[in-house]
Amino acid sequence: MKRHTISLFLTLAAFWLLNSGHNTVLMLALGFAAIMLVLVIVHKMDVVDHESQPIYLTRNIFGYYLWLIKAIIEANITVVKHVWLGNKSISPTLKRIKISQKTDVGKVVYANSITLTPGTVAIDLIDDEVLVHALLRKDIESLIAGEMDRRVTLLER
Amino acid sequence: MLIAATLAVFVVMILAIIRGVVGPTLYDRILAVNMFGTKTVLLISLLGFVMGRPEFLDIAIVYALINFISVIGVLRYSDTNKFSHAPTENKSLKQEP
Amino acid sequence: MDVILNFTGALCLFIGCFLCISGGVGLLRFPDFYTRMHAVGVTDTLGAGMILIGLMFYSPDFLIFAKLVMILLLTLLVGPTTSHVLAKAAMRNGLMPALEKGDNSKEINSSN
Repeated sequence: MKRHTISLFLTLAAFWLLNSGHNTVLMLALGFAAIMLVLVIVHKMDVVDHESQPIYLTRNIFGYYLWLIKAIIEANITVVKHVWLGNKSISPTLKRIKISQKTDVGKVVYANSITLTPGTVAIDLIDDEVLVHALLRKDIESLIAGEMDRRVTLLER
Repeated sequence: MLIAATLAVFVVMILAIIRGVVGPTLYDRILAVNMFGTKTVLLISLLGFVMGRPEFLDIAIVYALINFISVIGVLRYSDTNKFSHAPTENKSLKQEP
Repeated sequence: MDVILNFTGALCLFIGCFLCISGGVGLLRFPDFYTRMHAVGVTDTLGAGMILIGLMFYSPDFLIFAKLVMILLLTLLVGPTTSHVLAKAAMRNGLMPALEKGDNSKEINSSN
């Protein structure tokens, strides 16, 4: 709980400093007051926990981001190629896919990663299945092969 | 190059508007309006650099937030009857409740 | 040094513009709502990303660079949420995707 509050404080302070750019005492004091107000409200709403501030992901997340950027670039090239090739070349598919994550945060990270790569959209998430619409049947097959699933599962421990 | 990029973003916004006017279903229109909003963010940032006043980026951040909230706000009413689409197709593959 | 920065920025802007225009063409060209959503995904992720990265090479000081990074993160975080909510609402209200391969655009247009 304490670690999550400190993490939220640092995030909000960075957000204020980067957006204002003024370093006078008055502006810094106003910023500090605003951050404290936000912290009080957030504690009354009881939303500061490991789900809103997932600090335990920080260890492995940067390697995952690098892999995700590579995947996004490849998917973009594929989709743009099929835009110019025309409607005959696409094969839209709708399929339920099993996911192997245990925690809610892991499931959401996986579903968001599916949606973030163009060509696949996660439509619904029920228990341990995710309903995916893909532009090409090949994309669904590479999701079932489970490279992204394995990486997200590695991320959550 | 900045001016060319601005013109390209203008062209993309015109394409989005065409889809928004033509779009057969309601969801196509919402999708086109959402894309128009994200392109407006890019247009504001580019115009700030073209005019030599990058302070426009603050407005771009605010516009991105407003665009997100407006789309979510419209879709919050999506379980009312006005949003239902082509009830004959509804039987073919129904989601379990 | 300035020449290299400007050239890299211009290259990134060019790639971003090409991706955005491709996404716009796909938005007009694809046969149904769900496939159009993939075209919008292109402009939301790498199209906007490359344009904003290209602008980062032009930025005169650090604060402006930070604001561009902030807009980029905001776009990347918000885009998937919006398209997921839109797809879920469309699916729940009975808009079915055209699944079979080939020319079924006529059927979709006539059903509306």
